[in-house]
Amino acid sequence: MTYVSEGRIASGCSVGAFIDRSGRAISGDVVVELMASMRDRATDLGAGYAGYGIYPDLKDFYALHIMYDSPTAQVRTEEMLRSRFAIKRDEVMPTRQVDSIHAAPLLRRYFVRPSHLALAESRLDEEDEFVRRTVMQINAGLEGAFVFSSGKNMGVFKGVGYPEEIAEFFRIGEYDAYCWIAHGRFPTNTPGWWGGAHPFSVLNWSIVHNGEISSYGINRRYLEMMGYRCTLMTDTEVMAYLVDLLVRRHGLPAYLACKVLAPPFWDEIDRMDEPDRQVYESLRIVYGSASVNGPFSIVCGYGRGMFGLNDRIKLRPMIAAEKGDMVYIASEESAIRAIEANPQRVWNPRGGEPVIAQLYEDVAV
Amino acid sequence: MKTIIDATSLHYRHLNENLRKALAAGATDITVKGVRGQRYICAGFTAERPASLTIEGIPGNDLAAFMNAPLTIRVKGNTQDGVANTMNEGKIVIEGDAGDVSGYSMRGGKLFIGGNAGYRVGIHAKAYRDRAATVVVAGSAQDFFGEYMAGGIMAILGLDRLAGQPIVGSFCATGMHGGTIFIREHIDPRIVGKEAAISELSEGDWRELGVLLDEFATDLARDLSHLNKSEFIKIEPVSGRPYGRLYAY
Repeated sequence: MTYVSEGRIASGCSVGAFIDRSGRAISGDVVVELMASMRDRATDLGAGYAGYGIYPDLKDFYALHIMYDSPTAQVRTEEMLRSRFAIKRDEVMPTRQVDSIHAAPLLRRYFVRPSHLALAESRLDEEDEFVRRTVMQINAGLEGAFVFSSGKNMGVFKGVGYPEEIAEFFRIGEYDAYCWIAHGRFPTNTPGWWGGAHPFSVLNWSIVHNGEISSYGINRRYLEMMGYRCTLMTDTEVMAYLVDLLVRRHGLPAYLACKVLAPPFWDEIDRMDEPDRQVYESLRIVYGSASVNGPFSIVCGYGRGMFGLNDRIKLRPMIAAEKGDMVYIASEESAIRAIEANPQRVWNPRGGEPVIAQLYEDVAV
Repeated sequence: MKTIIDATSLHYRHLNENLRKALAAGATDITVKGVRGQRYICAGFTAERPASLTIEGIPGNDLAAFMNAPLTIRVKGNTQDGVANTMNEGKIVIEGDAGDVSGYSMRGGKLFIGGNAGYRVGIHAKAYRDRAATVVVAGSAQDFFGEYMAGGIMAILGLDRLAGQPIVGSFCATGMHGGTIFIREHIDPRIVGKEAAISELSEGDWRELGVLLDEFATDLARDLSHLNKSEFIKIEPVSGRPYGRLYAY
């Protein structure tokens, strides 16, 4: 797919996110306002949103959002989907005509469940892993087809355009979510194309990123050994797969997964007391190839919550705020103030120290 | 004469145009209301006459960057990243917190921060002839404070801190080769770069710092009379040219 925009505009990415920990659903209009206030950070080369809790009536089904660059790609992909899934609903993604957005791919969404037969044949007893492998197979193997969202009761919407324009295109204001994660893109090293916009997502994970990953090669090779295929021509992709590997498959708590991505320096580890010293030393040894080098500020959504994380020497901006049940993370404080004028607490998180915010334990969504 | 500018929904270019016009017309007391993230406010401004500017709201990145004017800017709330970036002349008084890289490469003027400061504050601050970058932080500062500092004076007072919040982060004064940093705590030397050394304040240092603290206390309406010399340490470079031999071969 070559939906690439030309030219360069001096700018910087924007990340923005919030969660209502009580599970109350908030209109997409609010996240659009958050992003619109950082327009000067974004470009027309990519933007996107992830909303959690947006498909309450179909929450037990995997929602596959797929972009196709040809009807042939669609036919071939749907053939594969039918062989593996029971498809509850299959529809064109609701969009609106926006003048500045052109060359959009075909966009469809499917609410599916792995078929018993396919699951048995795959010899996997876990639906999540079955879905993840299918997503990887489509993205790496089916020319012109990209699954850009594959979680339950959540969805990613992204493309080439400014955040406000992409929001209008995908009618973000018509969705309500308890957690929103959003991005305005300033592509630096890789092309601005529809699949390359943020968030990057697999299963319930979604990641937005401001920065560059200089360890991409090492991370990618490590992930390939673990069965992941990096196909989206953008460094951020590895982060989504790393958290999937660390948290879902290896069972690390989100906090420790963050400490794998942005590990403490060796001299800091030397100064720690036991058992911390041993824990952090082990993490660095076991997961050396999963540590992410380079400047980054990310927000990662994971179903029941989100975390924000900076590289350990904080080479990209990130600010957090709190008011009542709400927690906000953004590239700029002024953006948070655009939607919450009087937060109770505003703070500059330390590099490498995650801000984790999730639904209260008794909240069912 | 009081001038009020409403910045609500104004792009920074238009806001700066309005400010330039007001200053050119002789305004000496300007209040900008409804600021929300406009970058580059007063960036590159030059002016002959002193004037004071009050900002209500959250100014965007690079407030007063490259400013070379006798302006006093008071921010009623917090600021974002890069305040006073490469500023040559002027004074910024922030009643709240300051973001990362505030005072970056500052060459003159004063930056007073009433709350806490982010990462890399005052990196590569400089002094030349009658100009010296001057930064005072009432609360705490994060990592890389005064990294590659080449001149000027910076001070952290450590007031109003939450429990467990360090007065300054790691890598303080790394690569420092000029100027002086005062910190109101006897910090672990391991967080200070090896190019700088910690010592006690001389009577002369204390007098110099005292003058600065008096001005800071007045501007931010704080009583600092309880601070005493023995609480502070001084950080100065070991060598004026730590990298003099690094690339010489």
